[in-house]
Amino acid sequence: MTAESNAVPTAGGAAPIIELRALNRTYRTDEVEVRAVHDVTLTIERGEFVAIMGASGSGKSTLMNVLGCLDRPTSGDYRLAGRSVADLDRAQLALLRNRKIGFVFQSFNLLARTSALENVELPLLYSVPLVPRRERRARATRTLESVGLAARMHHVPSQLSGGQQQRVAIARALVTEPELLLADEPTGNLDSRTSIEIMGLLQAQNDAGLTVVMVTHELDIAAYCKRVVVMRDGAIIRDEANAEPRSAAAERATLDAAEQQARLA
Amino acid sequence: MSTLARGWLIAAIALRALRRNKMRSSLTSLGIIIGVASVVAMLAVGNGARASIEGQVAALGQNLLSVSAGSSRSGGVNAGAGSASTLTIGDAEAVEREVPGIAAVSPEVTKSIQAVANGRNWSTTVAGESEAYLGIRDWDLAAGAMFTERDVRTAAKVAVLGSKTANELFGPLDPLGQAVRVGNIPFVIIGVLESKGAGIGGGGQNQDDRIIVPYTTAMRRITGDQSLRSFNVQVGSAADMTEVEQEIKALLRQRHRLAADQDDDFNIFNQQEIADTANTITGIITLLLGSIGSISLVVGGIGIMNIMLVSVTERTREIGIRMAVGARPGIVQLQFLLEAMLLSVLGGGIGVLIGVGIARLVQALADFTPVVSPGSIVLAFGVSCAIGIFFGYYPARKAARLDPIEALRYE
Repeated sequence: MTAESNAVPTAGGAAPIIELRALNRTYRTDEVEVRAVHDVTLTIERGEFVAIMGASGSGKSTLMNVLGCLDRPTSGDYRLAGRSVADLDRAQLALLRNRKIGFVFQSFNLLARTSALENVELPLLYSVPLVPRRERRARATRTLESVGLAARMHHVPSQLSGGQQQRVAIARALVTEPELLLADEPTGNLDSRTSIEIMGLLQAQNDAGLTVVMVTHELDIAAYCKRVVVMRDGAIIRDEANAEPRSAAAERATLDAAEQQARLA
Repeated sequence: MSTLARGWLIAAIALRALRRNKMRSSLTSLGIIIGVASVVAMLAVGNGARASIEGQVAALGQNLLSVSAGSSRSGGVNAGAGSASTLTIGDAEAVEREVPGIAAVSPEVTKSIQAVANGRNWSTTVAGESEAYLGIRDWDLAAGAMFTERDVRTAAKVAVLGSKTANELFGPLDPLGQAVRVGNIPFVIIGVLESKGAGIGGGGQNQDDRIIVPYTTAMRRITGDQSLRSFNVQVGSAADMTEVEQEIKALLRQRHRLAADQDDDFNIFNQQEIADTANTITGIITLLLGSIGSISLVVGGIGIMNIMLVSVTERTREIGIRMAVGARPGIVQLQFLLEAMLLSVLGGGIGVLIGVGIARLVQALADFTPVVSPGSIVLAFGVSCAIGIFFGYYPARKAARLDPIEALRYE
């Protein structure tokens, strides 16, 4: 059941960013025991771009929650950047999320009636030690600019399109300069063109060295990743490298050119 | 330092959340506003009542014991205290001579009488007193002088007028040196008293409406009687009041030859006891009024708890987001606790202002001065803070205990 990692370590010597060993996550509802994640062993090196695929109920979301330190394994070992998280309490896990992990969700999960800038600042409010106010603002501004939303900093989510909201969410995930970006169906609520934009942003971050782990059930979205892990019934059934990932930047250029031609014609 | 900065930051987040729901926040605070305002106003009214009664008791004089004759009965009709002829001038003198710890004694005879002066007629009370009377009653003269010990000894026909009597007889004119006929006896007016106002101890009469003359003169010329209505005793020290009272009682029983099974034929009025009783009563009134206010404060606190619980449920997703990006449970708890506290503290502040306003209004509308003590303000404000913590704790803990995964999924 356990699949070996095919990926080549990128950062020589440094501990892998994610190391799962015989990981189980079991839910107990009434009398029934549900093994949402069952005996998973998985290593993800720094700089990888991994898609976790599977049908609903395959355990990929549960695995994602464990990876994101939102949930704790029932048994087995999870080392994040070389450090076991098994015996951390809720406060320590929160701090770990704040420092090491950026989250991107399918439904964006921005604070309503709160400007894009303040949404991006949010993780910095909870950093230890405290980031001074001016620096928070500066970092949030810089990060929003890097995702191409400089002009919409003071818009609230309801004034932004889905793609723009997801870019705000990505900026929020990046503002703490995390070591790991976790994206849960980041294009699930977006049309195909906007999806390409968002995948382009994630690819750009990965090219810059950030480890990205993404949950998706769409094959064509997984095709942007360098490695695809497939789950079924809580276990990994396939884990292989994607030799030729799709390039969002190239596709977008093609798309733009085609549009240009259509307009000229 | 960093903790303080973080505290401010969380407070700012809490304040922003409250401002987002202005209507709801103000209505929630209203419960605390009404509670604190009523506590402050009611304690002010209670304290005002106490101060007013204390003032009236103090106006009787310092460490005053008043010994009055018992009531006389004729055909089953009780003629009231002081009507019997059991107290004599000898009793007063014996008390002053034999009971230790007494500062002064002033025998007293009174009679309702017609006074004529300046061509006007006025129905008033003549009171025969000793020269020590004003000192005992802690009463000052507005003009002129009190009669002397010599005037008492010689039964001089001199009079000191109460302020109301002086005004009724002379109006704006200066009564000093003028003559007043009291029951057809001419007296020379040598002094006018300061106004003391209506109060307890005046026997239901206006204390300012009287003519004071030496008791010797009054007994010889006006009442024609050797018996006293009463005599006032000033005790040297407040601590001796009860002891002196007991000794006077024993002395008078002995002088009146009362057997052990006979009732006293005199009454002793102890100012200290009246003051203590009045204090107890006003204390109970204040407590009662304060409790009524406190009930609305508690109701306000429950209102805060209710709204905070609704708020935590409504904002479950927001809590999930904050936790996902790294807000520790303690910080989430602090945010919601601060929201509850801001509601109650702001409500408390406004409530204090309104309570003081109500006290002022009572003062303006009624002939009564409520006393807003700093203590009651601190108390009401402190209690409202405590209510914020108490009623905010449970919702805040509920928020902190949310599972981030569940919270993020919440619709």
